[in-house]
Amino acid sequence: MTDRLVGSAWMMQNVNWENMWEATLETLYMSVIALTFTFLFGILLGLLLFLSDRGQLWENKTVNAITAAYVNIFRSIPFIILIVLLIPFTRTIMGTMLGPSAALPALIIGAAPFYARLVEIALREIDKGVIEAAKSMGANNRQIITKVLLPESMPALISGITVTSIALISYTAMAGVIGAGGLGDLAYRDGFQRSNTDITLVATFIVLIIVFIFQYIGDFLTRKIDKR
Amino acid sequence: MISLTKLTKIFPSAQEPITAVDDINLTIPAGEIFGVIGYSGAGKSTLIRLLNQLEEPTSGEVSVDGKTISKLSKQELRFARQEIGMIFQHFNLLWSRTVAENIAFPLEIKGEDKEKKEQRINELIDLVGLTGRGEAYPSQLSGGQKQRVGIARALANNPKVLLCDEATSALDPKTTDSILDLLTDINQKLGLTIVLITHEMHVIRKICHSVAVMEEGRFVEQGDVLNVFKHPKEAMTKEFVKQVTEPDDTEEALQHLFDGAHQGHLCRLTFTGNDAKRTLINDVIRSYDVTVNILQGKLSQTRHGTYGTLFIQMQGEPPAIEEVLAYIRRHEVDVEVISHD
Ligand SMILES: Nc1ncnc2c1ncn2[C@@H]1O[C@H](COP(=O)(O)OP(=O)(O)OP(=O)(O)O)[C@@H](O)[C@H]1O
Ligand SMILES: [Mg+2]
Repeated sequence: MTDRLVGSAWMMQNVNWENMWEATLETLYMSVIALTFTFLFGILLGLLLFLSDRGQLWENKTVNAITAAYVNIFRSIPFIILIVLLIPFTRTIMGTMLGPSAALPALIIGAAPFYARLVEIALREIDKGVIEAAKSMGANNRQIITKVLLPESMPALISGITVTSIALISYTAMAGVIGAGGLGDLAYRDGFQRSNTDITLVATFIVLIIVFIFQYIGDFLTRKIDKR
Repeated sequence: MISLTKLTKIFPSAQEPITAVDDINLTIPAGEIFGVIGYSGAGKSTLIRLLNQLEEPTSGEVSVDGKTISKLSKQELRFARQEIGMIFQHFNLLWSRTVAENIAFPLEIKGEDKEKKEQRINELIDLVGLTGRGEAYPSQLSGGQKQRVGIARALANNPKVLLCDEATSALDPKTTDSILDLLTDINQKLGLTIVLITHEMHVIRKICHSVAVMEEGRFVEQGDVLNVFKHPKEAMTKEFVKQVTEPDDTEEALQHLFDGAHQGHLCRLTFTGNDAKRTLINDVIRSYDVTVNILQGKLSQTRHGTYGTLFIQMQGEPPAIEEVLAYIRRHEVDVEVISHD
C-alpha cells in the first residue's frame, strides 16, 4: 500500500497537467497583480507614515495616527480571517466572488500595510543631510519625494517588495477558501482531499519555483541599482 | 551682500530653552570670504543655516542680496535658495546618482532645458577638476572628490553666495588644502561671497578675509584676519591663533627645557608683513649688551599678508633687557615675556 502510494507519487499518474498549468497561471496572476498594487499602495502608505511623522515634511499628528492605526490593524488580522471579513467588500467592488480576481482585494489589503512598514523603514534610512541639501537647493516637497526619497531608498524598496512577494504567494494559497483557485486550492482539493499525494507534491514544487524566481529577480534588481 | 540684524535663534527644550544664536549683527560685503570659528556647540551651524532659512529665526532679520529672507513666501524662498549654494561636512550627495547627475540636480529643480544643463554640467566638472569622472558614482570617489562634486553642485545655478558648513572637517590636511585652494579660486574667478564655518584656524588663516570668533551664540571677537591674528584680545581667540602659530606642545617644551635653570627672559615675538624681512634680532645683538638664543620661529601666510611668531631666550642685565623690549616694541613687533628668573 505504502509502496503503491509512493510509487504513484513518483509516477505522477494522477496529475492532470492541464489543471496544474491553469492553477499555476491563476497563482501567477494573483501574485503579480496583487504585488503591483501592493507596491503602489504600500509606497503611498509608507510615504504617508514617514512624511506625516514628527519633524518631517508634512508633519501631521492626526494623519500619522490614522495611517499608523490602519496599518497596524490590517497587518495584525490573520489573512484567512481577513479574506472572510472582506467578502462583502470584494463582492461590491469586483462584482463577483468567483475566480482569482475575487482574491485580489484581500491580498492587496492584507499585504500593503505589511509593505508600508518596510517602506517607512527604508525612508528612515535616508540620511537627513541629503534631504536638507535638496531643500537648500530650493527643491519643493514633490521634488524631494520624486528625486530624493524614492530613488535613494529604491534598493530597500525593492528588497522589501521581494520579501512581501513571498508572503503574498503564500497568501494566494489560502485564497482557495473563497474559491479563487490557484495552486494552493488545487493541492488542497484535488491533492489532499482525494489522497493524491503526487498532485500535492507537484503543486508544492511549482510554488517553490515561483518563490525562487521572485526572490532571484528581486535580489538581482536590488544589486543592480544599489550604488552605495 | 549679507546682513544680519539682531538675529536670535532659541531652541525650545524640555529643561531650559537653548539660545544657539544670540542677538548677532553682521554685515558681509560682496566678494568677501568670511569665516566663523568656534568650538563645538557654539552655534555655528545654526547661524549658517539661518542664512538660507533651513532654520527659522526666533527674532531678527536675515538679508541676502537685498532680499529679506525671513519675509519671503514659501515659493519666493525656494527661488532665493537657488541663488545661495551650500556645501556640507559630509557632502550629502545622492548616492543613487552619478557625479554628472548629482550636479544636474539643482538644474533640474530650476527647470533648465536639456542642452543648457549638459553644457553647464561639463563646465562645472572641469571647474572643480573632475574631468572624466562624470559617470562615476559617489561611492567610487575619495572624500576630496566628493566635496568637489558638492562644490560643483552648489555652484550650478550661479549663486551669489556660497555657504560652507565645516566643508573640510572630514578631510585630511592635504585634501583640505586642495579644497581651500579651489574655494579661493572660485572666490576670485566668480566674485562669489563665501561664508564658511570651521573649528580649524588653519582654514581661516589660509583663505578668509575676515573672521568672527563665536562662543555661546555670540561673536566674542571679529575683524580682518591679519588684525585678529596679530592682536587677539579674547582668551579664546588666542587659543585659536596658537593652533596655527605654534605646535601644540611649544610652551610645555619650553617649560621643560628651562625648568629651574638660568633661563633669562623667555619671550614670544609676534610680527607681520614686512617686519619679517627686517634684521631686528641682529640689530638688538649689535646695539645692546644682551645674548639672544633663538628657540623657535614660524611664518604663516594669510590673505592679507605674512604673520609670524618667534620664541627667543635673552640674557643680560635687567636694565639692558628693558631697553631691548622697548626697542622691539618701537618697531611694531609685539613682545610677550613668557617667563624670567
Ligand atoms: N534642532 C535643534 N534642536 C534643539 N537644539 C539644537 C538644535 N540644533 C542645534 N541645537 C543646539 O544649539 C546649540 C548650537 O548648535 P550648533 O549645531 O549650531 O553648534 P556648532 O557650533 O555647529 O557645533 P559643531 O561644531 O559641533 O557642529 C547646541 O547647544 C545644540 O545642542
Ligand atoms: Mg556644526
